Parts: sequence; structure tokens; C-alpha cells
Amino acid sequence: MRLTDDLIATDIAAYLEKHEHKSLLRFITCGSVDDGKSTLIGRLLYDSKMIFEDQLATLESDSKKVGTQGENIDFALLVDGLAAEREQGITIDVAYRFFATDKRKFIVADTPGHEQYTRNMATGASTADVAILMVDARKGILTQTRRHSFITTLLGIRKLVVAVNKMDLVGYSEQVYEDIIEDFYAFADELATDLEIQPIPMSALEGVNITSRSNETDWYEGPSLMEYLENVPVGNKRLNASFRMPVQWVNRPNLDFRGFSGQITAGTIKPGDRVKSMPSGKQSTIDRIVTATGDLEEGVAGQSITLTLADEIDCSRGDVIVSADDPTEVSDQFQARILWMSESPLLPGRRYLLKIGSKTVTATVNAPKYGIDVNTLSDIPAKTLELNQIGVTTLSLDQAIPYDPYDVNREMGGFILIDRMTNDTVGLGLIDFALRRASNIHWQAMDMDRATLAEQKGQKPAVLWFTGLSGSGKSTIANALQKLLFAQGKHTFTLDGDNVRHGLNRDLGFTDADRVENIRRVANVARLMSDAGLITLVSFISPFRSERQMARNLMAEGEFIEVYVDTPLDVAEKRDVKGLYKKARAGEIKNFTGIDSPYEPPQNPEITIDTVNHTPEEAAQTILDYLKEKGMFEI
Amino acid sequence: MREVAAECENPVMLYSVGKDSAVMLHLAMKAFYPSRPPFPLMHVDTTWKFREMIEFRDRKAKELGFDLLVHINEDGVRQGVGPFTHGSAVHTDVMKTQALKQALNKYKFDAAFGGARRDEEKSRAKERIFSFRSAEHRWDPKRQRPEPWNVYNTRINQGESVRVFPLSNWTELDIWQYIRRENIEIVPLYFAAPRPVVNWNGVDIMVDDDRMPEELAKTAVTKSVRFRTLGCYPLTGAVESTADTLEAIIQEMLLTTTSERQGRVIDVDQSASMEKKKQEGYF
Repeated sequence: MRLTDDLIATDIAAYLEKHEHKSLLRFITCGSVDDGKSTLIGRLLYDSKMIFEDQLATLESDSKKVGTQGENIDFALLVDGLAAEREQGITIDVAYRFFATDKRKFIVADTPGHEQYTRNMATGASTADVAILMVDARKGILTQTRRHSFITTLLGIRKLVVAVNKMDLVGYSEQVYEDIIEDFYAFADELATDLEIQPIPMSALEGVNITSRSNETDWYEGPSLMEYLENVPVGNKRLNASFRMPVQWVNRPNLDFRGFSGQITAGTIKPGDRVKSMPSGKQSTIDRIVTATGDLEEGVAGQSITLTLADEIDCSRGDVIVSADDPTEVSDQFQARILWMSESPLLPGRRYLLKIGSKTVTATVNAPKYGIDVNTLSDIPAKTLELNQIGVTTLSLDQAIPYDPYDVNREMGGFILIDRMTNDTVGLGLIDFALRRASNIHWQAMDMDRATLAEQKGQKPAVLWFTGLSGSGKSTIANALQKLLFAQGKHTFTLDGDNVRHGLNRDLGFTDADRVENIRRVANVARLMSDAGLITLVSFISPFRSERQMARNLMAEGEFIEVYVDTPLDVAEKRDVKGLYKKARAGEIKNFTGIDSPYEPPQNPEITIDTVNHTPEEAAQTILDYLKEKGMFEI
Repeated sequence: MREVAAECENPVMLYSVGKDSAVMLHLAMKAFYPSRPPFPLMHVDTTWKFREMIEFRDRKAKELGFDLLVHINEDGVRQGVGPFTHGSAVHTDVMKTQALKQALNKYKFDAAFGGARRDEEKSRAKERIFSFRSAEHRWDPKRQRPEPWNVYNTRINQGESVRVFPLSNWTELDIWQYIRRENIEIVPLYFAAPRPVVNWNGVDIMVDDDRMPEELAKTAVTKSVRFRTLGCYPLTGAVESTADTLEAIIQEMLLTTTSERQGRVIDVDQSASMEKKKQEGYF
């Protein structure tokens, strides 16, 4: 501990050299009023000799005045900083504590544990590597332990210490401890698959297993809390990740210098490295890594630097400079987990400001798909999110942003939501994935653009999206149409559900999730084909409205033509060309559209085909007439 | 600092001439290099600072090419407010807290950097890096904005302002170590030297000018002392020391058994006094 380092007295320069190279561990402590959390932190500070005599004197006098430990020192008073907290004997807000040992420097986020302070705990967890979960040995794993475990792992912490405290009150019983740990492991499986869990029996009040292993628990063979904290590896996986630097400030001291200042959030960078500026996707090469103490040969994650580029490309605050080999994706629609932090509930459909890295955009937050019960970890229906509630929802942004999923890079996937009227921070969000790639984003600036490619073919690109029940006649009509188009000298291609499932999508089944992915892939292929200037015929059941909307959004304005092949179920079932309805009715095929999986008919299709009263050839002619009318063959 | 420069309309850096300010200033020079930091420095001068601090301040600002704004509460000066005549509480309120509010209102700054650290004091440990103040400059500890990761919400409404503490997560040892590593110049008062001191209210204070009451100044003795923090000379306790190098200071600090705020007369009144002062608009 601090005073025990003889170097301080004998060779201060050597001590400072050593201290300068100590690693920093940030951890969070989670517990409720009477779990002994404050006592533990007070104990860590006290045992690390981080408490000075004058502070100790204040502590002793305060302990007698308002303490809960009789004549003994109430360590909790050391860390409850606000007058209101001391008076009420509770912790309200996140407090940050600092201490150092011979091996490491520590920053502790001390957070309250009650459900009403979920937002405070999430804030503390956002920057921590390790979470200490306080468990009262007399009470075992409680609802709140589950909640704390969930919140800390949600925010990305993977190293959990299960601190089974107050072992002195259960006679340091190994059996009690083992039972608690078993309980914990049983539900920890639900949290994440890559957790590293370290259980420790302790008594914060008596100092048992805090700084060193104690005799009271001679059956325990693991590390003391301090031994664990001093030795747990601090992940530098950010160093091995691909380069990312959000631009905070464009540095222009004079006309001859244009640099981009920011902090590297992941990876490393060297002069000569190829980079892209996102979202524009413009490419350049790193010229210099500028710092006040001279140019660097290499910049690494965590450093604040200024980059200059070899080319004059457009790059401003909020953009992200990324490795050209592995750029971020760019999107304006996401699925995210959101923790609501405001007294006024989330208003789905309202526009909030969203700040991610150094970028602020306007975001519409849609109604949650579902909420998550932080106590049971189960999904619950939710129309909105109240203070401290967590839910999964989608967001639409007014412009596309570069991002990484939160689980890959906290800085590139974590955002806050700001109320535009009050300016309060009302929500915290974690990007899971993009719903679609923004259509106005070009990864590569193409010399041969899509207009040129289509012009060469004497046509305008279009995606004819045939939707309808199995056996409704989609593929038959698409075939007839393709023949007509071919005869007119048009360049076409047909994507058929059955055929694509044999190749590109052979890994997908027929669950709702797989159906969505099936359509996502096909829509993207159709998009590429229309980029090539083709008229693409897509023949897929595509039962869900939202996925067809997703496909529509992917295409350029006016290029998506939804063709609803409207065949009633009984007619399709009577035709049963492939014999599938029979099997589905017999229960041999699960999730069959129209039988035990829903079909959502289009609300405003460009074309509706009545197959009961028209032949496939007539239907194809109707579509051809529509295309002519819309000027699709005129260039 | 870059976030503030990019997002706030009219920022200022509060420069108190102390060691934390020295580090903050140094970091600002680095953060914007090769540009110059795009904000002025401001010093709220209570008129009772050590003379060496004022000399150092003026020289440093000139050397680094900063605009230096010095604000003095002239009302207080006219009323003759000072620590010897009015006591530490009134003096600090009028010449420091009120003066700071006057200055922020006068220049309409919407963001002010300060060198405070969370390890200094219990209520600071719960303060955000971006700390919001109402139009009346009040801090409401119950209405602090959550501050996850390093994403800072800098938005404010008309009249409100934000105090920004870039050194929040630094410890006293970090500060000293950085001063040593970066060779940052600090006011010589931090180093031990023979200085004339008198004992006032149980604390050794330095005789810095002739405004000290004569009967008190008469008791001066020369001791080898240094200062762990710097403020108004009558309110800043000296510690007896022979540490005249950075290494010696750090060594002394690590081996000492009292906290750095102990030398500050303003904190001893009541244990929640800092929290109260902050709510009233003090830094």
C-alpha cells in the first residue's frame, strides 16, 4: 500500500518512475443501502492509506454524530459526499474515488443500488472494466443482484466480482458461501456467454479477504479482493481493433495547415496508412501525426492527437477517420437498447437529439419493440419507456452516421439522447445493428455511375417486387413478364425465392427472424442489380410489410414497384402446385405462410394483380403497360 | 477542452495561478497545437493573492500569448472587504464568489474551465465533468446530467452556463507527477524557502504585504516553509518544510498524513461547506 512502499522514502525518483508506469483499473461497485458497499470502499481507501489524519478526525467525529456503527468508525460516511446523503444515510449519485497501490492505480465508480438509481449505475458502468457485486451473505442472491449484474453486463462489463459480504454474520460458513455462488452461476448464464466471474467471501467491516486472505475463511483458496483488483488483466483489445478516431475539432492555425484533432478510440495509426473519412467514404493517406511535443511515428488507442492527410478531402467535426481496410458501416436506422433516464417518459415518434462520439444528429425514436424487466431479465410489453426502464427499439436519424455495434466498440456504438426543449440528457443507448444501409451513402466514388450503366442499356433500372401467398402465381407472372421484356430488348434478371434459398440463403430457415434476414439479403442483391442498370424481378412471398418497406427504402426513389399478386388463400390452396399446403395442413411443414404464419397484404402497392379473373400473360401485359406509362424505357 | 471549443459559443479558462491551473493551461496548449487555444484566460483577483502569484500570472499569460482578463469586485474594494477585517467567510463570498458571478455575467461566458479535481473534496467527487449552472449560477446536485462514456451533453438554455473540469479524474499525485514529467513551471511559493510567517487563528500565514495588521505582523518569524495550495495569502496556511525540489515536494506529500485542503481556511467552518458554496455559485 501507499505508505509501505519504501521507495518513497529512499528513492523518490525511482518510485515516481514506477508509479508512472502503473496500469489504471476502473471498476464499479454495486450494492444497496445495507450491503456494506460504502463500508467496502471506505475500507479499501483506509487500508490503502488513502485517508489522511484530518479526514480521519472528521470521520471519527461524524461517526459519533450520525454513524451507524456505535463507537466504531463508520466508513460509509467517508464516501457519502452530499449533505443530503449523509443525513438520509443513502447514496444518491455516482461518486468517483481514487486510490493507488504498489501495482496499480484505481478509479472507483461508487453507485447506489436501488432500482430508482439504475441510470446512475449505468453511467458508472459505462467507463468501468470490472464490476463488484455486493451480496449480503445472510440474504444471498436477491432480485437486486440480478439487476446489478444485468445493468453492468449490458453496458459491456465482462469481469464480475461476486463479493459475498458480511461473512462474519454467518460464522464464515463455507456452505452458505457455496450455495450463494451456485445460485449466481445458475442465472449468470442468461447474461452473457463470455463472462469472467470471481466470487470472494469477505467481511468489509472486519477487513476479511479485503487486502489479503484471512484465516477466518481458511477453506477459501481464491485471491483477496485487492489481489484480484491488482492482477486482473486490463484488456487492451482496443489496440488490436481497427483504427477509429472521431474528429472533435478541425485544426486550422493558418492556411498552410489543416489537421483533424481527436482521441483514438480503437486501433493504431502510422503515417502512410490508408484511411477513409466516414460517412463520405473519401479516401486518403495519413501524412503526419502531430502533437505539441513533436510528430509521432505511431498513434495508439487512448491518445489525443492531430492527424494531417495527404489529400484535401472533406472532413469535419463529427466525422470519423477510420482504417480504409476495415471502415465502419454507415446507416441512419438502427436497432438499439435504450435506458431511459428522464422523469418524463419516452415519447415514441418524437424527435430527440442524439449525440454519438462528437456527432449530434436528430433522431426519431420509435415505440419500443419490447421492454426488459431488469429484475427477471425477461421481455415485457412496453409502449413507452419510463425513468430507469430499459427497452429495445428502433431509431431513424435525419442523416447517416458511421458506427460500430456497441459490443464491438463502446465509443462508436454508445450514444445519449437529449431533449430538444430542456436540453436534459434523457436516454442512453447502445447500437446493436443497422436496419439498413443508407441509400445516399457511396462507399466508393464510382467513375461509372449507375445512371451511365443504365443508359448504356437504354432503360431505367427498376425492381419489380412480386409479393403474395405461396402458389399465388408470382413466379409464373414474373416469367411471362421477363419474356415480354426480353422481346423488347430490355436487360432483366429474376430473383426467385426457391432458387435463392438453394444458394445465398441456404443457411436460413422459416422462422420470423430468418424470413426477415432472407428478405434483407435479397433486397440488397436487388439493389446491386439495379445499380448495374438491370430491371430486376423479385419473386418472394415476403409476408411482412416492414421488410417490404425496408426493401423499398433501399432502392432509389421511384425504382421500387410493388406487385401484389392477390390470390385468396382458398384459391392458392386449391391450386397447391407444389403440394406444400397439404403438407402444412398435415403439420409436416411449420411456419407456413397463410396457415400458421401470417401474411400482411400490401396497403398501397403500385400494381395489384387479380389472378382469379386474369391469365398470367394478361397480368404480365398489365405490368409492361405500367412500366411504359411511367417512362421506364425512355432515356 | 476540444468539445467545449467546438460546441460552446463563448468559453473562458479560469486561471487561478495554482499548480492545477498550470497543468490545465499546459494541457490546453497541447490540445489545440499547432493552433492556439481558442479562448481567453480569466483570473478572479480578490486583491489578496500573493504578490508572486500576480507576477507569475502576468508573465505566463504574456509568454504563452493568451488574452488575460482580470476581474476584481470593485464594490468589494470600495467597501474595503478583506480577510483581516471581515473574516474569511465574508471575504470569500464577496471577493471570490460574487466576483466570479459578476465576471461571467459581464463577459457572457457560456462555459468556464476550472481546475478542480474529484479527489479534493467529498462533494466534488459527485460532480460531473460538465457541471451545469442555472442563470443564477447555482449548482443543483440532484439535477446533474448523466455522463456516460466520454459523451458530453454541452447544450444549455439562454443564460445558463457550464463549468467544465478537465482534471476531474486526476489525483494530487497525478498533478505533481505531470508537472515533473512535462517540466511545467509553477509559482515558486510551492517550494520551500525562508519566509516571514505569523501564526493567525492557529495557522502559519505569510507576511506578504503591509495590509496585515501591524500588531500581527510584528510577531513575524522567518521559517523555511512552502504552500501546498495557493489562494489569498491571509487564508493560505504555510507548512514547515525544506522541500525545495519537485521530488522532495512529492516525497513529502506522499509521506504526509494530512490532506491538501487542510491548509485552506475556508473549508474548516463546516463539513458540507464546499457543497454549500458551490450551490451558491462558487466554483
